[in-house]
Amino acid sequence: MMKVFQSIIWSGILALLFVCCEYDNYSEPGSLLQGNLVFNGEPIHISNNSVEFELWEPGWQKSAPIYVSVNQDGAYSASLFDATYKLIIPEHQGPFRCVNNAVTNSDTIIVEVNGNKNFNIEVEPYYMIRNVGFDVIGREVTATFGLEQVITDEDARSVEKVSFYMNKTRFVDFQWKVADVSIDGEDIEDMTSISMTLTVPDIVPSQNYVFTRIGVKIEGREDMLFSGVEKISL
Amino acid sequence: MGCNDDRFLDREPTDVLSDDQLWSDNSLILSLLADLYDRIPEYQSTQNWWNFADFDQAFGSSYSDYWRHKNNKWDYSEWTVAWYDYYTLIREVNLFIQKAGFYLNDNTIKARYIAEGRFIRAAIYFEMVKRVGGVPLITEPLSYDFSGDPSYLRTPRSKEHEIYDFVLNELDDILDDLPNDIEIKSRATQGLVLAMGCRVALYAGSIARYGVNTPEVTLVGGEVGIEVSKADTYYQKALLLAETLLDASKYGYSLYQENQEDLSANFADVFLKKANNREVLFVKDFKLQSGKTVNFTVENQPWSGAEDLEGGRMNPSLNLVQSFELLDNSFQTFQTKDAAGGYLFFDSPEKMFEGRDARLKGTVLVPGTKFKGKDLDIWAGYVLADGSVITGDTYGQRKVLPGRDVEEQVVGIDGPINGLEFSAQTGFYCRKYLDPATGSGQRGLKSEVWWIRYRLAEVYLNAAEAAFELGKVSIAAEYINVVRRRAGFTIDLSESDMSFDRIVHERKVELAFEGHLLWDMKRWRLAHKVWNGETVPLTNKPWKADEVSNRVYGLWPYKYYNPGDENDGKYLFKQVLPNEVTGCDYFRLGNYYSNISDDVLSKNPLLVKNPNQL
Repeated sequence: MMKVFQSIIWSGILALLFVCCEYDNYSEPGSLLQGNLVFNGEPIHISNNSVEFELWEPGWQKSAPIYVSVNQDGAYSASLFDATYKLIIPEHQGPFRCVNNAVTNSDTIIVEVNGNKNFNIEVEPYYMIRNVGFDVIGREVTATFGLEQVITDEDARSVEKVSFYMNKTRFVDFQWKVADVSIDGEDIEDMTSISMTLTVPDIVPSQNYVFTRIGVKIEGREDMLFSGVEKISL
Repeated sequence: MGCNDDRFLDREPTDVLSDDQLWSDNSLILSLLADLYDRIPEYQSTQNWWNFADFDQAFGSSYSDYWRHKNNKWDYSEWTVAWYDYYTLIREVNLFIQKAGFYLNDNTIKARYIAEGRFIRAAIYFEMVKRVGGVPLITEPLSYDFSGDPSYLRTPRSKEHEIYDFVLNELDDILDDLPNDIEIKSRATQGLVLAMGCRVALYAGSIARYGVNTPEVTLVGGEVGIEVSKADTYYQKALLLAETLLDASKYGYSLYQENQEDLSANFADVFLKKANNREVLFVKDFKLQSGKTVNFTVENQPWSGAEDLEGGRMNPSLNLVQSFELLDNSFQTFQTKDAAGGYLFFDSPEKMFEGRDARLKGTVLVPGTKFKGKDLDIWAGYVLADGSVITGDTYGQRKVLPGRDVEEQVVGIDGPINGLEFSAQTGFYCRKYLDPATGSGQRGLKSEVWWIRYRLAEVYLNAAEAAFELGKVSIAAEYINVVRRRAGFTIDLSESDMSFDRIVHERKVELAFEGHLLWDMKRWRLAHKVWNGETVPLTNKPWKADEVSNRVYGLWPYKYYNPGDENDGKYLFKQVLPNEVTGCDYFRLGNYYSNISDDVLSKNPLLVKNPNQL
């Protein structure tokens, strides 16, 4: 008798499985919005996980943004539903300031998403790192670069320090490093030509390459500006 | 034959007390009040030791807490206000105050209950402003009229200084309605109100003064940030309240100095002795066999003498240990090697820690000392003549040493062993608040050591800081020296010794593991400098307030094994970074004022977001 009951229950559950509704009432967000933080088309490099921005979709009962993280090379991507979004980079994010948007006449940018879309976000960095070069002699790596001050109006900011970072993986910044050297801003003699040298430390397990890049800390800005990551063969 | 509808349905509930019943019975009122006291929010305490391992002062030697040392940044929601819980509590306190006014007749009793309600409310608002800055100030129980539109109940955030002012005014107001009784430790008293006001005013003053160092951490509406011009007024208030309380003839509080033979034991006793303790102002109390006991000793007792199958979790860091001065008021980090690069040898590991501030051994169990009369067994292994190490990976493991033929112990029962929970992975265990009573380490018994929220030494340090900030440097030195003399210092700090660094340092060592660190570092705007996320070695400048210290270091004793050598069997030390420490604490500007969640912001559009956050 027990067996019969059990089989009735099991077949009932089985039947339910077949007649249940679909997994989900909504299809997943299908449109990929991707692009870069750029200044005049050039990507802005930052430290890993330091800059995020917000996408708002107006019209819903409750309002909460979608947060989008920017990679260390300035690239971002987000899977979204097709809609019109307002893109906002919150104050004090990044080593840059927002550019006034002609359409909204504010720092808000309207982004229409209808299928996959490439969209670069134009920002104005306080500085740009120019002419970056790395010379290798034995285990000594010398970085040479210049700084170009982009914002020179009343919002201009001085350089707090410049740093040369080295790591064994592609993530290179003040947190992820095996060696680094810094110069304070006031000790820089010629902004257009700065040179710094690092000795590659012993790396376990040993590898015949390192990754390097230059970071710039700007007075009063929390997030640092970086150059692109370079792989240096030793 | 039907029943009488009205009488059938209209019955007194048997499981809920009505307001009339409650407010006519003093013991019921007290239990209601006790619940409100009990729910005053807290961050670090002996009921959650793990939060002490969130910063650079302690390591969490427990599998489920290693993540605390692997994080590379704190979320903006860290330390935030549990919005709905806090405001539920505020509503209950508001109701308590309202009903006490309505139901009670005896004016003295009524005044005291109302004052206690207002004290609890002020304490909650202080906890909130510390975490998120200005918040909506609700001082009446709000009621919804069920009209379908609750938006009239929305209240915007007050300015940060308005919350501080509210708290200070409330405390001023209720002072005379409370008893002046040193024996009352778990309810509001006049002494407590003065001590709390002193702390509150000091916080506000330092936010005003040091907020200028982080101009980004402000909001135009003043919800976050206090104008620098207000700093002096707050510091004056703090100093005035402290000086009032320190008048022993009126209030009778004094530092605990019962054991002059052993100043470290005396310092440990400040937290353990309930009888005749004239230093303590306000506690969360516990009692054996009452259902309200504290688990701290079970969780943190040295493993070698553990009374149950756990212990040893909270390991004070070398960062903290090296901050304790030598008795001549100078600082010295621990030297493990001589000038030639050879190890320094010690007959006993305890020798390494001699001649320092008595608070070191009152706060930390260092290798070579005892707890509950049992020797600690903290040593990481044998170092051989060629520098190689023989050690084990379980507590007190036995192996055969070269040249011997029997197994012997090659590592301490307390470790340190990397990655082995309950072992002293920094080389240290915690002493502060650890209960030496027999049975306190058993899960079935636990401990009744209270958790102190306010004690007089802090008031002295608050007074010293406020005086220093007001330029009254000799007065500042006087107050700081009172606390230092109790710790065994015989040479007073002079006026010229006083500095901001000294103030910061004294609080670090006196008030370690008492729940002050985060709030202090925030109000001085030092948090983003000290916990800056950069990978750096251990500082050798422990006196410097803004020195980076964002990873937990350890100091491990080893035994030297070289039969025939004069140093055979002696101890040597190595500075280590425990293997489990892989991240660096990174406090971002957006962490100064924790975020208010999107859900709360969305429900009340009048609320503004905190700065530097998403």
